[in-house]
Amino acid sequence: MSVLTQSASDIKMFASSAENLDFFIEGYVKFKLFGQTLYITTTHVCLSIVFVILVIFALVANRAIRKADPNKPPKGFLNVIELLVESVDNMLVSSMGEKHGPRFANYVGSLFGFLLLCNLSGLLGLRPPTSDFGVTFPLAVITWFMIQYNGIKYQKWGKLKSLFEPVFLFFPVNVISEVSTPISMSLRLFGNMFSGTLMMALVYGLIKIGSVSLAIVWPAALHAYLDVFAGVLQAYVFTMLTMVFIYNQIGEEA
Amino acid sequence: MEGISSEAFVLGCSAIGAGLAVIAGIGPGVGQGIAAGYGASAVGRNPGARGSIMSTMLLGQAVAETTGLYGFVVALLLMFVKPLMP
Repeated sequence: MSVLTQSASDIKMFASSAENLDFFIEGYVKFKLFGQTLYITTTHVCLSIVFVILVIFALVANRAIRKADPNKPPKGFLNVIELLVESVDNMLVSSMGEKHGPRFANYVGSLFGFLLLCNLSGLLGLRPPTSDFGVTFPLAVITWFMIQYNGIKYQKWGKLKSLFEPVFLFFPVNVISEVSTPISMSLRLFGNMFSGTLMMALVYGLIKIGSVSLAIVWPAALHAYLDVFAGVLQAYVFTMLTMVFIYNQIGEEA
Repeated sequence: MEGISSEAFVLGCSAIGAGLAVIAGIGPGVGQGIAAGYGASAVGRNPGARGSIMSTMLLGQAVAETTGLYGFVVALLLMFVKPLMP
């Protein structure tokens, strides 16, 4: 769902200054699949870079953990890994309880790591993959399926019954509120990250005297807010909402 | 209306509409401010519970932010996807 994908010729309709703007998703490689014309876009490239970084980190961490001696206190890199794992575990236990929290550690941990790296990739000069609605919406849909699965697993028929509460007439409203969950979650992440990308593009693209850009050094302060603060916060919020929604479905009785 | 092509007219009206759409940002601003204020007073009353107050406040603010982001997304669609273009 590349809502914001545009070819360069479409952008020409703007005022001439818009040519400097560099936040559009661009298609690099064109290919045909099942009769559809598809593109390898900026998002794919940035996603694969993030993916490679995550995989390399996972492999290195795996080696470090395997070689570690359990009888000695950890140090160096191993300490950092333990810190990460412990903070994810703490987050899970504090919001989902002792019993159910650790079961979701793999999903929530990898989601948080992925979102964190995606949101911070703006610092590396990439276009953050999360500022494409085509990335955030599938993530929210995965979360939504987990919510529904756990709801049916733990509440059984109560899940179906809850759609008709408090009275039968509320069925459409309840269905809309169920379906709107992934939309609001994905739009929250997308909106926050895209507004950061857009603002950085405006700063980098529009402030010019002649052909000399005035955006030197000082946009780093904006990066600190728009990329680091908003990115970390939104990664935290997305994973937190995932946990809260799933825990709501598990309920007290289980 | 002479001298204005229909594309330019729609583009201008889309820009005005985008400007009006981001007025939606007022509501979340007020809401987040209220949440932050109550969060600060809660921390003042009970500094020990700072961590959980913080995470609850951020979560509430993130949910309150959604309506503003809807306005922002509408503005984006009007500006860059141009659905009204003939």
